[in-house]
Amino acid sequence: MNHHTITELISRDSDWRKQLQNAIKPSERTAIPRVTMPELSPDYRRNNNEEVSQGLTLDLALREATRCLDCPNPGCITGCPVNINIPAFIKNIQRGHLNDALRVLKMTSALPAVCGRVCPQERQCESRCIYLKMNKEPVGIGWLEQFAADHGKEDKPYKNPIPNPAKIAVVGSGPAGLSFAGTAAAAGHDVTVFEALHEIGGVLKYGIPEFRLPNPVVDREIDALRALGVTFLTDVVIGKTLSYDDLVQQGFKAIFVASGAGLPRFMGIEGENLNGIMSSNEYLTRINLMGAGRGGDTPVLKGHHVAVIGGGNTAMDSVRTALRMGAAKATIVYRRTEDEMPARRMEIHHAKEEGVEFMTLHNPEKFIGDDTGRVKSMILRKMSLGEPDESGRRAPVPIPGDEGLTEIAVDEVIVSVGVSPNPLIPSAFSNLDISKRGTIEVDDHMMSSIPMLFAGGDIVRGGATVILAMGDGRRAANECIKLLANPE
Amino acid sequence: MNRILEKEYFSPNVVKLVVEAPLIARARKPGHFVIVRVGERGERIPLTIADADVEQGTVTLVVQAVGHSTKLICGLNPGDYLTDMVGPLGRATKIENYGTVICSGGGVGVAPLLPIIKAMKEAGNRVISIIAARSAELIILEDEVRRYSDEVIVMTDDGSAGRQGLVTAGIEDVLNRENVDLVVTIGPAIMMKFVALTTLKHNVATMCSLNTIMVDGTGMCGACRVTVDGKTKFVCVDGPEFDAHKVDFNEMLMRLKAYN
Repeated sequence: MNHHTITELISRDSDWRKQLQNAIKPSERTAIPRVTMPELSPDYRRNNNEEVSQGLTLDLALREATRCLDCPNPGCITGCPVNINIPAFIKNIQRGHLNDALRVLKMTSALPAVCGRVCPQERQCESRCIYLKMNKEPVGIGWLEQFAADHGKEDKPYKNPIPNPAKIAVVGSGPAGLSFAGTAAAAGHDVTVFEALHEIGGVLKYGIPEFRLPNPVVDREIDALRALGVTFLTDVVIGKTLSYDDLVQQGFKAIFVASGAGLPRFMGIEGENLNGIMSSNEYLTRINLMGAGRGGDTPVLKGHHVAVIGGGNTAMDSVRTALRMGAAKATIVYRRTEDEMPARRMEIHHAKEEGVEFMTLHNPEKFIGDDTGRVKSMILRKMSLGEPDESGRRAPVPIPGDEGLTEIAVDEVIVSVGVSPNPLIPSAFSNLDISKRGTIEVDDHMMSSIPMLFAGGDIVRGGATVILAMGDGRRAANECIKLLANPE
Repeated sequence: MNRILEKEYFSPNVVKLVVEAPLIARARKPGHFVIVRVGERGERIPLTIADADVEQGTVTLVVQAVGHSTKLICGLNPGDYLTDMVGPLGRATKIENYGTVICSGGGVGVAPLLPIIKAMKEAGNRVISIIAARSAELIILEDEVRRYSDEVIVMTDDGSAGRQGLVTAGIEDVLNRENVDLVVTIGPAIMMKFVALTTLKHNVATMCSLNTIMVDGTGMCGACRVTVDGKTKFVCVDGPEFDAHKVDFNEMLMRLKAYN
């Protein structure tokens, strides 16, 4: 254990913290401009898979950490879905205690190196930063999180020795599953993670491209879990290879289902099954997981002009991947405007820098194929924005008639309009309460209608973020640990 | 990693492999498939399970070397390992006592048909099996098919075994001769398309098992999508068996050529 107690590390009243507060005047702090993240140039990175954001240097991190005013009532913490003690980790960076900064992060987040990279900070912690009220750019919390996670070193993982460790099964090795496994294993339990694919990591591996989240970053977190004694079994589909009864028979006392939102949605329009039209899940899985186009045996179709339908992060990942696969032209087609896009601003910005074209206020109506069955063009309906809909965003309204139509030539289309919950577990486990949307229903303790079967992440939420999934995993693990210790 | 225990050549390009996979052997039912991968850069290939032995903990696969990955699989020998094998996937065949059932298989399609023939017989059906191939050396598993069938008709394109003609000719003869309650067909897409057209003429319910391009095999990617009764379905989770009269085979044939 570190010689600092946890209280010393996180308390705003610690001596070291007070010294930092008094060392520099607030006006001097606020005069420091937000640092710029070092990035690979668009011309260079467009042709490879290297991580675009290179990470802050120590100098930049110290400068950015100094900007943080260490507010008495920090808004950032309330903006974080798992309430990371943000000022505490930032101030530990500022005093040069990177290992301590990481310790603070790990108290609430199982995967800080991942979240620092992929969280939508501009809508969470950074959106509540006091700097915004001063019309200044917020503290770069996400960049600092990534910095602490990449450069801090962890103590040897500590597994709490308990007299009666229970066997716990985790279904799925994405962010929710990994974070559950970490929490339950650290509490002393005997955790086995079952993964349907041949790789551990779920969406972190098959979905998010390496130019945004390199695989070694994910593998580091997985190795840390192995060091805690977590067992990973690939190629096992719970509900197919092993049933619920099998798990009970094998002595598992609790199950956490984090099987994700696997099923891709399509638009149901004419020509959608033409060759060259595929889901972003298929496109990204072929390339990220299977190594298509990068030496893997799995093929992937390559387009000259690739259109990606949708405005989320997965759409941005797909369109930027298309450029890296050699597309001469890659276009985002989105039915609302850029303001309504769910994607992170940084991803949109990076996509534009790399040369992605944006066709907003357009929605596909029909795909047209050549005589081999490959898509050659699509008919788009122009849209305008009407009144806000139930999502709070202004609804797209079609412009009727022939003047509302336009045709563009495309030879590959990636459909990225959302996913539905994976149906495997809901259809295989009887007595499991399922919502109309196909998600697993859970109570306030993250438990489903089956006793000691917990669930979290996208299989409960129906499509959310890595941080929310991770928060679910941790919360469910804590509930599960409590119940195992004191059965009701 | 799954060890290969036995290998047998049915023909120079068609190999039977018995693979160690105790969990899959225990869970599988007729109609299920597995996804197999060979090598760290390997492709995920769907293969229908031909047989399983719960006691020995093995499943039997019949593989035809047609592309890079199936050639890799067929090149493996007893003692070698498949890098990955996951399953059983898909929905199992609906087995019940229908009455008289024709089980029609073409080429290596006879392998996944065999467990269905067996199960249909055990369920009390009168089973007429019609197995077809281009020529005699491509007819596989004939003895096993005979063991569980009330009648077997062998059809070859060149007449080198059984009767000369396509599988549809054999089906047509039986349908003209007697009342049949169900036709099951597994084989190349083009064969199943014509089987469906033949049985539609006679208005006999027909079930086909589709082998489309897949990546994950668990409903995640949609590479396997087909149109059934005007709606898009995923073969991996909604199938692989569908009402053959409702499958858009022309679209399926087009999609199978996506990577040719």
